Amino acid sequence: MLSAIVRRIGYGVLILIGVNLATFFLFFTVNTPDDMARLNIGGKRVTQEQIDKWKVERGYDKPLYVNAARQGSERYTDTIFWERSVSLFTLNFGRADAESAGDIGHQVSSRMAVSLQLALPLFILQVFASTAFALLLVMFRQTRFDAWGVVLCVVMLSISSLFYIIVGQFFFSRMLRLAPISGYAPGLDAIKFLLLPIALSLFARLGGEARLYRAMFLEETGKDYVRTARAKGLSEPRVLTAHVLRNTLIPIVTSAGGYLPYVFLGSLVFESFFGLPGLGAYVIDAISNQDFAVVRTMVFLGSLLYVLSYIVIDIAYTWIDPRVRLT
Amino acid sequence: MTTMLPKFVLLWTDAVMWALMVALLVYARMVWRSPNLRASWTLVFRDAAAFASAIVLGLCLLLTLLDSVHFRRALTTASTEATAPSVAYDTRTQSLLDVLLADLIDSREATYSRPLAYQSFTLESLTVEGEVRRLPPRLLHGGAHLSDPANQWSGDIARRVAGGLAIGAIVALLLSAWTVRGVARRQGWAWREAVARVWRDDCDIRWRAALMTLTGLCLLAGPALLLMNDYHLLGTDRTGNDVFYQALKSIRTAFVIGTLATIATLPLAVGLGLMAGYFKGWIDEAIQYLYTVLSSVPNVLLIAACVLMVQVYLDQHPELFETGAERADLKLFLLCAILGLTGWAGLCRLLRAEALKLRELEYVQAATAFGVGPWRIIARHLMPNVMHLVLITTVLDFSGLILYEAVLSYVGVGVDPSMNSFGGMINLARSEMSRDPVVWWSFAAAFGFMVTLVLAANFFADGVRDAFDPRARVFRARRTPAPVRAG
Repeated sequence: MLSAIVRRIGYGVLILIGVNLATFFLFFTVNTPDDMARLNIGGKRVTQEQIDKWKVERGYDKPLYVNAARQGSERYTDTIFWERSVSLFTLNFGRADAESAGDIGHQVSSRMAVSLQLALPLFILQVFASTAFALLLVMFRQTRFDAWGVVLCVVMLSISSLFYIIVGQFFFSRMLRLAPISGYAPGLDAIKFLLLPIALSLFARLGGEARLYRAMFLEETGKDYVRTARAKGLSEPRVLTAHVLRNTLIPIVTSAGGYLPYVFLGSLVFESFFGLPGLGAYVIDAISNQDFAVVRTMVFLGSLLYVLSYIVIDIAYTWIDPRVRLT
Repeated sequence: MTTMLPKFVLLWTDAVMWALMVALLVYARMVWRSPNLRASWTLVFRDAAAFASAIVLGLCLLLTLLDSVHFRRALTTASTEATAPSVAYDTRTQSLLDVLLADLIDSREATYSRPLAYQSFTLESLTVEGEVRRLPPRLLHGGAHLSDPANQWSGDIARRVAGGLAIGAIVALLLSAWTVRGVARRQGWAWREAVARVWRDDCDIRWRAALMTLTGLCLLAGPALLLMNDYHLLGTDRTGNDVFYQALKSIRTAFVIGTLATIATLPLAVGLGLMAGYFKGWIDEAIQYLYTVLSSVPNVLLIAACVLMVQVYLDQHPELFETGAERADLKLFLLCAILGLTGWAGLCRLLRAEALKLRELEYVQAATAFGVGPWRIIARHLMPNVMHLVLITTVLDFSGLILYEAVLSYVGVGVDPSMNSFGGMINLARSEMSRDPVVWWSFAAAFGFMVTLVLAANFFADGVRDAFDPRARVFRARRTPAPVRAG
């Protein structure tokens, strides 16, 4: 078990190295720092002095991989690659490209708290709501209720989440004035700002998730142990919750686990629509400001969370199903 | 004076769309000749929702193709006889659809107007009988043919709607009669029997659902056609452009993204997936590493990073395109390529697992024993047997990508702002919905068109999956068409 986890962590580090090399190549070799400076400063006539100043301010004036002017280990540490790529592993994110954005690490840690407040309750409620709805459909399988339930799911998943947000804001915030349109306050006041985005986000994803879970449940209901359970006289709700649900947990954990990174990263669209100062809104701001340093950092952070969540999921498998052994 | 031919412009996405169309026709021929494929596709069309959706998607495909023939008009210059006739071309790139909808483009208003309105949405200070009052001014084009709009307006609209419905009904009836005649010929039924059977939904495929959809579309299109040239059917946006036109143009963008981006995933997904599964060993390890790295980055971030880099590149190389439309199109094309390059991991994983299974089967081993090379085995023996998975995934991804486009446009890494797209429409609608009074029609138009398109794509995809996925068939008892015969 322990050695298996260590091996997974090792593979995770390999993946992070791959991600880092790829982003570094994409951001510094495909386009040179000069190109980025020109775009970031903007305007038609950008002088070389302006570009040089921009690069010095952000530390992009150093050589990419090897600094021939330095001695010893500084030949490799006093380079863009070391400062902007290798140092990410120590969670040292450096300075953002935009003038006012400041230190990335500070922003990330304060914004991640907001994202967690939105995404963690959402994650838990999402799994519960989707499982409950899917079980209800499976309970009434091959009836009209199930058929129309599936149609409802397809209709719901055919509607873009942007529509849910705009209509939800319009009705609940503007017409009924039940929730503020956007904004955020720390502490307990946050609840009234978070309620509507959580509810809408839950609703927006329910169709797709419930349909997926229903298919997973149906796959199990045809199996022999289910027939045995029914034969020994268990009621259908009991069969579904005690036997089918237990055995469907593995695919459910796999599919829900895919959302784990987003519990920390937050939701791009929901955060920016509701004015929540989380990581998702940070990314959107960075994209519109063309702040490459922030985008690079978020790519790294995203893959780090992905790797971690897959290790967690693997451990969860052994906990759900004793037959599973990590190798 | 000679009429000068317009200069045809083959945009990147046009070329791919037409190539795709040719491929579709080739595939249709293949289906026609292969009994197996034909049986599967018959199953698809035995699903009423899938068949009805196919009709809707077919109409959208037609609009897309009309919108995929681009040209620049030759400008009629006052040419003097002495100089050699030099031909100048319009800087605007138009498509066939633009020509058909020329009235909608030209009838630009000053600002917002409600659907079918003859007055502007906003008030202006007008001088009426000597005093200045705040009134909505008449629109420049919408309802401009009415001399006394307050009294004539409702009658005119009612007349046009009634006429449109009548025309739509007649066209639908003719099309249905033509279809039923075709069915009757193929099956060798008498005309009356064919009508009765289609009516009772007692054919090998669900013609009734298809014809009902067709009738519905005709009944919608009839009034729309009669109304759209003299009114703004779905109103106008902030700069006075016709919303109905924008919605029609957005269909192409959605369609191109949906098809092109899925097609772009295929070479890598199929090639690498089959290689990993067939060769195993270090090749498998390397490919697995590659797609794990790729899928470890949250998709939106990866796309955002790539799109930003492409933007930097395009800004540095303005010589790659002549007109604004070409630039927007190149951006769309590159966006699809990026979506393809970042989105192949899922299908690749699926195909690798399938290839691992297939390579152990007897017929592959027999081929190996006969000395068939590995590449030939992959191409001739593995590929045809995973095609159903490729087809299912492609169709399933289509609708997801249309939804994704809206999100990407909102994030700011979607299509060019100058190009009509559902994402762009929703983006603008966001601020319109917070105005007072509410400007709801742009939002409603984007919603209606987008949901229809995505819903049709989803139902069609479900039909295809049920028909082609052998696993799905097991626990889905299919309803046989119309088992009840009354009387």
